[in-house]
Amino acid sequence: MGVIPPRMDVPIPPGETQDKILNAVTDEITNKGFVIASADKLFNWARSGSLWPMTFGLACCAVEMMHSAASRYDMDRYGMLFRPSPRQSDVMIVAGTLTNKMAPALRRVYDQMPEPRWVLSMGSCANGGGYYHYSYAVVRGCDRIVPVDVYVPGCPPTAEALIYGLLQLQKKIKRTETIARR
Amino acid sequence: MTTADTIHPEMTTNNTEPSFEALATQLLANSAERVPSLKGQLVYRCELSKLISVLKLLNSNENLEFSQLSDLTAVDYPGRIQRFELVYQLLSITHNRRIRIICAIDEGQIVPSATGVYKSAEWPEREVWDMYGLFFSDHPDLRRLLTDYGFEGHPLRKDFPLTGYVEVRYDDIERRVAYQPVQLTQEYRDFDFLSPWEGDQELVHSSLNAEAENKENAKKDGGS
Repeated sequence: MGVIPPRMDVPIPPGETQDKILNAVTDEITNKGFVIASADKLFNWARSGSLWPMTFGLACCAVEMMHSAASRYDMDRYGMLFRPSPRQSDVMIVAGTLTNKMAPALRRVYDQMPEPRWVLSMGSCANGGGYYHYSYAVVRGCDRIVPVDVYVPGCPPTAEALIYGLLQLQKKIKRTETIARR
Repeated sequence: MTTADTIHPEMTTNNTEPSFEALATQLLANSAERVPSLKGQLVYRCELSKLISVLKLLNSNENLEFSQLSDLTAVDYPGRIQRFELVYQLLSITHNRRIRIICAIDEGQIVPSATGVYKSAEWPEREVWDMYGLFFSDHPDLRRLLTDYGFEGHPLRKDFPLTGYVEVRYDDIERRVAYQPVQLTQEYRDFDFLSPWEGDQELVHSSLNAEAENKENAKKDGGS
């Protein structure tokens, strides 16, 4: 065909190369009536572009989480909308100190989320107990209760740090092969 | 002239009327004694048997009107014969004055509930039961307030270990959150400021010098 297959995760800047590819695709459609693309990449593109986090604010980290969602950093730009229901969400941001009393509730909410689902642990307390590591009432890391994909350090992490963590999660999702495994 | 008089000038101008402190002390003359305190705060100690009558008196008196119980808590003194102290903080909204009632009790003694006098005592009493294990009689709903369901022990007692006895994890086989005895990967660090490795160097040196001096002195005493 003479066209170098482009990498799906890197957008091609407008110019000669982009025109070439677009023309090639248009030719394919006019000739055959269909195009072939990698379903994996398509799914991952859709999933990483519409991460809907479950609102799970437990402590002061929740305020930073709100900052990252509010107008200055605006998580909506990445297609991330906070959902009040686990049934509608893909990501759970564990934002704050997880206590023993809260642990069963956290696990239940996680279990209610539909697959595929991801967990982002936000802040020292959720990562490993943090300031309350030796307390009688605190879980020493939320990874004892749910499997965690991304850890964001900080006490509390800034809104930028959380956004960075979410972008890392997007990268992680783009790397997974949805159909080949699972 | 006490600080309270400067705050309430109308009481000093009218000498026929006794001051707020005098009224309170007079009212509690038979049931509680005043304790010396900072900046003229009203602090009284009373017997457990007279506690509820003291609260009733303060609540119903027309000149004092302590209509609100702002807080109720306890303190643990493990060395004392009467191990616990109950502390009641009252507020008179009309006079903008506060009063503190302290009541020493022993472990296992049953405290009469203050919910009959102040409705707001319900949750603080639950908290004191939860944290110190002090039992309140005639309480409408004496359950634990803050700690986990099925929690054992009373965390704010001084003999309760900081890390507790159990921790939680998710059990993949049973598919539920399970409890297990505490296992710490790193022991709780008790910082030793006199340690030659981690302490404040000036402190360490001064303490080492002091030790050496003591030894020399002991030698001298032994020689003479």
